[in-house]
Amino acid sequence: MSTPLHLDGIRKRYGDTPVLAGIDVDVNASEIVALVGPSGCGKSTLLRLIAGLDVDYEGHISVGEREVRGPDAAVGVVFQEPRLFPWLRLTDNVAFGLPDRGGSHAQELVRETLGVVGLASFARALPKQLSGGMAQRAALARALVTEPQVLLLDEPFSSLDAFTRMRLQDHLLAAWARYRPTLLLVTHDLDEAVYLADRVVLLSDRPSRVADVLRVAPDRPRDRRDPTLLGLRVALLEALHLERSDLVNA
Amino acid sequence: MPWILPVLIVVFWWGSVEIGMFAAFQLPPPPVVLDAAIALWRRGLLQVDILATIGRVLTGFVIGASLAVVLGTLTGLLRRAEDALEPTLQALRTVPTLAWAPLLLLWEGIDEPPKITLVAIGAFFPVYVNLVAGIRGVDRKLVEVARVYNLTSLQTARRVILPASLPSLITGLRLGMTQAWLFVVVAEFFGSSSGLGFRLTDSQQSSRVDLMFVALVALTILGKLFDMVIRAVEERALRWRDTIGSAKAS
Repeated sequence: MSTPLHLDGIRKRYGDTPVLAGIDVDVNASEIVALVGPSGCGKSTLLRLIAGLDVDYEGHISVGEREVRGPDAAVGVVFQEPRLFPWLRLTDNVAFGLPDRGGSHAQELVRETLGVVGLASFARALPKQLSGGMAQRAALARALVTEPQVLLLDEPFSSLDAFTRMRLQDHLLAAWARYRPTLLLVTHDLDEAVYLADRVVLLSDRPSRVADVLRVAPDRPRDRRDPTLLGLRVALLEALHLERSDLVNA
Repeated sequence: MPWILPVLIVVFWWGSVEIGMFAAFQLPPPPVVLDAAIALWRRGLLQVDILATIGRVLTGFVIGASLAVVLGTLTGLLRRAEDALEPTLQALRTVPTLAWAPLLLLWEGIDEPPKITLVAIGAFFPVYVNLVAGIRGVDRKLVEVARVYNLTSLQTARRVILPASLPSLITGLRLGMTQAWLFVVVAEFFGSSSGLGFRLTDSQQSSRVDLMFVALVALTILGKLFDMVIRAVEERALRWRDTIGSAKAS
């Protein structure tokens, strides 16, 4: 089950500093939208507002027809760090947000979700026994197991090495194909944005607005070497006002 | 390895008397102390002393530590409890705990209550201080996960904050146990007719240095045994910890 996410005129300031100057974004049901922009532009702030971790803003956030303000069961979050509870085994970490954690139905859901992210055989492991990529997959499972209508990801793979990151992007797509949540992803990795997203929303520098929206051809699976994707990446770079030399270095 | 130092101490102890560095009436050699211990045991007194002291340590420790867990949890979690309790407790903490002894004797007579109260005071503060520090030090990022899942304050306390502060609590319990052994000896100096602290002062008055050493060695061994028990509990309860100290356990 999936529902669109509407952001309507979101404004946010820290003291006297405006951070978000009216953000309007509509994410369709089961669509994947990547949010990119210069660092410090307020991408993560916007995600925190949608997650309900900060309710001090103007504007409206709605999931389907229903306005949300504050944490909501329909919205799941994966943070930049796995944020697993070190004293809980993997099953209990994943079950953390389930209303009936101990029940057999919950256990079944947990088992299934761990399978989707490829961690079925680590159900009894403690977080300290997991690699960075595995821990982040566990965090993804924890967010998915409650089957949120909207899934928010805040630079979820940024601390991983390039190879692990690509693997996790494919895990994410597989999980998305299974649960079909409406997905909003903050990233600073333009390759990741064009590889994963149906649309890429570009935010301007602070105080930020939506500067541009790029549409990616909807076919999947995608080839990372696809020239169209590379072209989109270049277009994004240009939109970000980066120099050509940065492209070579990146 | 852990036995090398104790063995060296005994060797040095024995040797220093043999070569005449200390007179035997000041420092009785180990065999003399052993004989004194056996004689005391045969008269049925050593057992009585040991059991009396252990009883006071355990009773006082349980009372003091329980009170510390309740008050520490309250001040750690609730702003209002912190405002009401913290300044007073901080002030009381600066009272040298031994200074309570004369007052407790005056208030509670010379029977068991003042001794147990003194031990309880000794055990209270390390547990309280460590638990409060542990609660304050819980990672905000983990608390945020609880917020995303809309947990109530009580659920957040039970499922995130308290488990996360368990390592500090156990450190507090260990220090509290050490304090309890310290204070029980002092408590038994005054108006006692049993206990290892009583044996210490009583033997001093009758110039039985050998018996003083029996009491000292018994205190050392018992203190060590109790610490080993708490360490074993710690190792079991904190197996999830990912620190240098826990590396060898995993």
